[in-house]
Amino acid sequence: MPTKADELAPYKVVGDGIPQSLTGSPGDVTRGRALVLARTTTCILCHSGPFPETRFQGDLAPDLTGAGNRWTTSQLRLRLVDASRFNAETIMPSYYRADGLARVGRNFAGKPILSAAEIEDIVAFLATLRD
Amino acid sequence: MSVWRAIAAAALVAAAPALAGEIPPDARRSGYSFMGPDTRAMQDDDTSNPGMLFVLDGEQLWGKKTGSAEKACADCHGDARSSMKGVAARYPAFDKTLGRPVTLDQRINLCRANHQKAAPLPYESRDLLALSAFVAHQSRGAAITAGDDPQAKPFVEQGRDLFMQREGQLNLACTNCHDDNFDKRLAGAPITQGQPTGYPLYRLEWQTLGSLERRLRSCMSGVRAQAYDYGSPELVALELYLMSRARGLPMETPAVRP
Ligand code: HEC
Ligand code: HEC
Repeated sequence: MPTKADELAPYKVVGDGIPQSLTGSPGDVTRGRALVLARTTTCILCHSGPFPETRFQGDLAPDLTGAGNRWTTSQLRLRLVDASRFNAETIMPSYYRADGLARVGRNFAGKPILSAAEIEDIVAFLATLRD
Repeated sequence: MSVWRAIAAAALVAAAPALAGEIPPDARRSGYSFMGPDTRAMQDDDTSNPGMLFVLDGEQLWGKKTGSAEKACADCHGDARSSMKGVAARYPAFDKTLGRPVTLDQRINLCRANHQKAAPLPYESRDLLALSAFVAHQSRGAAITAGDDPQAKPFVEQGRDLFMQREGQLNLACTNCHDDNFDKRLAGAPITQGQPTGYPLYRLEWQTLGSLERRLRSCMSGVRAQAYDYGSPELVALELYLMSRARGLPMETPAVRP
């Protein structure tokens, strides 16, 4: 399978984060919340959070409540792009990566799980999660 | 640091629960133990277990002459209640002629080809599921021993490697869910140990009976990986590893799962 990793927007890791927006502009909080809740985005397969409208939340991962207190926007962005930078053994997928994966299904090969704009929307939403 | 402290520290490390690792024999639990009371009751009562309809169909097929040899399974094997007892608990089993393990479905099709001179039944077809459910039902309650055959060992190892390997766009391995996170919830639904005790089984989500291979392929699609083909060496090896990992657990065919 050819990987089209070169189609990913370039980004620069500084320390334990990515300080610059992947799209050059800030994300949309409302869209970000909807994305986190969408089954296809996969976040709430593992995570729970302040989402009273759904019972279908996972408990394989920390509750997202307060994530905006615990992490900077820059850290959240790197966590979504490549969570293995924080924990090499993590089960959290790298959402902005398209290579180094085994046996990716035909419909998904060569593509990141989320687009740069979707990552920015989610980061913007997570930053608002303050206790 | 004294020698004794070093030994004590090493012992502590050894005693600590392994992060990624296999489930010890006395902690192995069928998917049954993760289900709610309604689904359990459905499995327990043969008159409400939808899988029993397939078992009855399979019994019919067992006695029916087929193929150009005009032979029924029963013409060679007699009464399945005695001849097939415990057989499914040993499958996939090493086939000396082929030099590799074969699943129960593959054995049924080998018998059709070699002894009945009949065309193979397609994977997941009603007749193949019915026959394998009928045969496996004769092992209900029998302890799983598949993989004990020394000749099967390299294939068990191959299956184990596949179980441990991350794959797909979500980059997850079977072990990440079924060894490290059973008893937790994925989007609200319980994750089990992924034990193969009840196949073929009736899944309420499928509204029909399905094979273990169907289940494995849906876990693979779930992590957005390219699922292996039915009957491929990889799926057979995974199935064999799962059965050896379930060693000692009783067979439940036909089980019911949500
Ligand atoms: C397959 C499981 C899985 C999925 C899917 C997943 N995560 Fe995670 N996530 C984890 C785990 C486990 C951790 C804990 C740290 C670690 O192991 O990396 C974590 C940590 C985090 C953290 C830091 C939590 C904290 O406050 O300490 C954030 C924020 C986060 N994830 C957001 C997300 C978002 C947003 C998505 C979806 C786009 C997502 N995760 C999808 C498993 C997952
Ligand atoms: C992201 C989590 C996840 C991964 C990775 C995963 N599974 Fe599953 N699996 C599930 C869920 C959820 C179910 C349905 C509930 C249950 O039985 O655990 C399931 C069911 C099963 C079952 C049925 C158990 C029963 O009682 O009938 C088997 C067997 C199984 N998986 C094996 C595997 C194998 C082999 C792999 C790797 C190819 C794998 N799984 C990968 C989540 C996963």
